[in-house]
Amino acid sequence: MEKTKKQEQTTTHKIGIYLWIWGLLFVLSFFSYMVDWYQFQGMLRWSLILFFMFLKAGLIMAFFMHLYWERYALVNVLLWPMTAIACFIFLMVAEFEYTVFTRLFYFVVGG
Amino acid sequence: MSDIKIEGYEFKPGFKGMAKDTGSDQTMFKGVHWGKAMMWIFLLSDTFIFSCFLISYMKGRGSTIIDWPNPSEVFGLHVFGVDVPLLLIAIMTFVLITSSGTMALAVKYGYEKNKKMCGWLILATAIGGLTFVGMQAFEWSKLIHEGVRPWENPFGAPQFGSFFFMITGFHGTHVSIGVIFLFIYAYKTFAGHYDQGKRGWFTTMKGDYVEIEILGLYWHFVDLVWVFIFAFFYLW
Repeated sequence: MEKTKKQEQTTTHKIGIYLWIWGLLFVLSFFSYMVDWYQFQGMLRWSLILFFMFLKAGLIMAFFMHLYWERYALVNVLLWPMTAIACFIFLMVAEFEYTVFTRLFYFVVGG
Repeated sequence: MSDIKIEGYEFKPGFKGMAKDTGSDQTMFKGVHWGKAMMWIFLLSDTFIFSCFLISYMKGRGSTIIDWPNPSEVFGLHVFGVDVPLLLIAIMTFVLITSSGTMALAVKYGYEKNKKMCGWLILATAIGGLTFVGMQAFEWSKLIHEGVRPWENPFGAPQFGSFFFMITGFHGTHVSIGVIFLFIYAYKTFAGHYDQGKRGWFTTMKGDYVEIEILGLYWHFVDLVWVFIFAFFYLW
């Protein structure tokens, strides 16, 4: 009795949820392809790309990789290090802006 | 996976549960197989590697004053007399997401001890991955034929080639390794190694369907990385 109960508990989720996420991933990929197809430019393009990207990444991690059902002890160990990557991105944005500034500056003014 | 029970231990949800799990005088990741925890740690380190690649690409592209090649033209295909932007990349994305979905279902059927469905779905995933690698080989040879090299290319900023080969090459290597393991695991599933609890080659761990989930984590991660490469390298 106890054993069968435990087996029932380890049984995974309904197939519907996987199919839904699967379908959503296709639709979102199609949308991000459409961003290129219609040649959106500037802020609209970048925000749409990032929006679809994070939505897709979130769906894959939450449902396909089961993070939505995991305990916080694991989820937090995995997600907090991402802030280090975010910091690195900010540092490198400052860096490349400085590089491109010095390049343009010295090409105009001369060494 | 979700509802676990440990004798004499009260599970609490949310952050309180996290504090209790972390501070408990036992294993920290409760109900998580050690192999799965190790795979997650590996994927975390892999995330940092790919992040470093993409960040160096961002810096390289941002700091050059020569125009960056337009990806939607560079990766466009000429089919039936029409130029379709990013066609091959769109198909590759489609294939990879398809294989990700079959893998997710394989994990589900694995836990339900449905050997046949699980095995066929892993095999389908492996074939999807193989198709992806094949198309990537086609893309590489096309670009090399057009004169793209790590140090120069006919379309614009010379850094383009080195970032392209580095990032997609590293991702392609991950896919290839995944395909090899998928074929091995498909064999192991059909042979019933997970039903009988047969031990693997390098481990004393008894075979169990949790291994399918561990392999699935790796495969979904490969798909996840592609989502970022697709956005930053091909669409940006």
